[in-house]
Amino acid sequence: MFNLETAAHAANLRRVVIEPVSRVEGHGKVTILLDAHNKVHQVRLHIVEFRGFEKFIQGRPYWEVPVMVQRLCGICPVSHHLAASKALDLIVGAKQLTPTAEKMRRLMHLGQILQSHALHFFHLASPDLLFGFDADVATRNIVGVAAVEPEVARKGVLLRKYGQEIIRHTAGKRVHGTGSVPGGVNKNLSRAERVELLGDIDTIIAWSQEAVDIIKNLFIDHAALYKAFGRFDSNLLGLVRADGALDLYHGGLRATDGQGGTIFDHADYQNYYEYIHEEVKPWSYMKFPFIVEKGTEAGWYRVGPLARVAQCDFIPTELAEAERVAFKAFDGGAALSAPLGYHWARMIEMLHAAEGIKELLLDNDLSGGDLVVRGERHLRGVGVIEAPRGTLIHHYRVNEDDQIVSANLIVSTTNNNQAMNEAVRQVAMQYLDGRALTEGLLNHIEVAIRAFDPCLSCATHALGKMPLEAELIDADGSVIDRLCRDTV
Amino acid sequence: MVILTMDKTFILDGKTIPFEEGETIMEAASAAGVYIPHLCHHPEFKPHGSCKLCTVSIGGRLGASCTNKAAAGMVVESETEALNADRRALTQMLFVEGNHICPSCEKSGNCQLQAVAYHLDMLTPHFTHFYPARDIDASHPDVLLERNRCILCELCVRASRDVDGKNVFGIGGRGIKSRLIVNSASGRLADTNLSVTDRAVEVCPTGAILRKRHGFTVPIGRRLYDHHDIAEVPVAGMKEPRSS
Repeated sequence: MFNLETAAHAANLRRVVIEPVSRVEGHGKVTILLDAHNKVHQVRLHIVEFRGFEKFIQGRPYWEVPVMVQRLCGICPVSHHLAASKALDLIVGAKQLTPTAEKMRRLMHLGQILQSHALHFFHLASPDLLFGFDADVATRNIVGVAAVEPEVARKGVLLRKYGQEIIRHTAGKRVHGTGSVPGGVNKNLSRAERVELLGDIDTIIAWSQEAVDIIKNLFIDHAALYKAFGRFDSNLLGLVRADGALDLYHGGLRATDGQGGTIFDHADYQNYYEYIHEEVKPWSYMKFPFIVEKGTEAGWYRVGPLARVAQCDFIPTELAEAERVAFKAFDGGAALSAPLGYHWARMIEMLHAAEGIKELLLDNDLSGGDLVVRGERHLRGVGVIEAPRGTLIHHYRVNEDDQIVSANLIVSTTNNNQAMNEAVRQVAMQYLDGRALTEGLLNHIEVAIRAFDPCLSCATHALGKMPLEAELIDADGSVIDRLCRDTV
Repeated sequence: MVILTMDKTFILDGKTIPFEEGETIMEAASAAGVYIPHLCHHPEFKPHGSCKLCTVSIGGRLGASCTNKAAAGMVVESETEALNADRRALTQMLFVEGNHICPSCEKSGNCQLQAVAYHLDMLTPHFTHFYPARDIDASHPDVLLERNRCILCELCVRASRDVDGKNVFGIGGRGIKSRLIVNSASGRLADTNLSVTDRAVEVCPTGAILRKRHGFTVPIGRRLYDHHDIAEVPVAGMKEPRSS
């Protein structure tokens, strides 16, 4: 049991609810239990949505899955589209995609990283960062940013638009396209399309660099706040390329502990379940993954931009690599365990995505005609990708009739579940404990959650495994009766 | 070349439409390049008259244009507000009677049901969804039978019987329990003599009968109805428009 997860005697405590948590994707709430002196006894981030994709894709033909499961999300559907495709590549026996197919997918993915990161930083997070966590709620929003910092807001909108255009050209639509199919892609990029997209890319790179500078300067100017806000140490998890480089599309799993020590490295994600298990708790629809070797109490971890930039050995694009070095060096590595460090790492990744897009658009392989490969059929496949919010795992089994038999999705935000809970508990103790609550103080809790850029709608997949536990407690907190149904 | 005489014409929405002896209103209209919405009609097969989308007013009397013969001097109305409202309601009923999930359907963009709905400005399903529990038959190695999307047009029944000579498909049950069945003792598609090259596999206007492992291979933008209304897309097998 984690500190502040469950109060010893909840009956006599006052309950404060933040619902909905705003400026995040999806729907969630935070509950805080306080005593008469405003001392914090319990803090939980609850996910109150319920989805059922793993169940209702059972029986569907496998080639439908990359298009169907991306409907999990309207912000980063490309992640699900590609993770499912990667799993199904193995099922259709496509061990190695054609250069055109792999580069088209990589381009699609970088377009998504760009648009999603821009959306989060400018639309969702910047009001807190630019105006202060307890600024007037009437202006602490993107409209307020547009009024005070019109150029920042405009660039944010246009950065996102460019990423969406990359997706439209590679997937057919800005949202919920069909570009990736098992074994490859269904289109290439014409030279005319590449020329069109190259027209703006240098501006996009320059604006991405400016975005890195904004968050870097905030860290420098407000070092004490940014370093300490909700800070905690944790394990980290993410994909890295064979040479240790940041690779958002493909690689092996690397996990490190809070001190940088290796837990596992270059692990084959086809066997992810040997490294990661999921725990279910009765108060949330979101599962709690953990590293098997470390157990449920010590095995939880962070994924996403901060984990990726902190863990990789280098970033294979020039400008982003220079920023990674600065990020890691800041105040002896102080940003690496700070939740707000996510914003900094996210912008470094956006810069990397912009640079990577330019590199790919200059590559003639994108205009090649060899789009799909097939090989010996298999009945099982796992696809893992580094989605904007972190490591995303899709695991499917099919039958001989081409139907999906079972699916397991471990979504980026699910991977961050315990870490987000930890962050809000840290912030609750730092800012709320013993104080009269105000809207501004409660927004500190939301600031901590927003740093992770959670996608709560993607992350609710506890179907069929929910335990039920009911306790009858008297006014003194004594348990009178207890009923329990364990997880399956 | 067929010589058309002026007495072999009728009026359709104010236009003079020539016809050949024995042609239906639908056939004559198609040959003249005039679109009448339809789903169960296909020029290769004997008219069925079941979907009722092609209902027109013939001298004030309603009738299916795919089964009514053209006659000299006939006055036919098709593009009226009332008829299109009826067609829209029929299409909405087809949508709610089955499980038509366009966002994840591989036939999207190539689907006649979806294209007709767009043509008729169908913006909502309007009626309450039935959400029927229907089976998928994936037993055949090359063909998928997705009954959730079947609209009982019987084109596959006609194609299998009249072109393939196999009688693989039929309609079983009655009324709302009507369903597409296959001709095997087990009831499984794999135990019929259906071949992936059969005409019956290609003729389905929706995504009910599909060649396996071909879904989503045509990119968005290159699908049949991505840039053209169904009225502008000639149906395979349709006669070339006659020059008048």
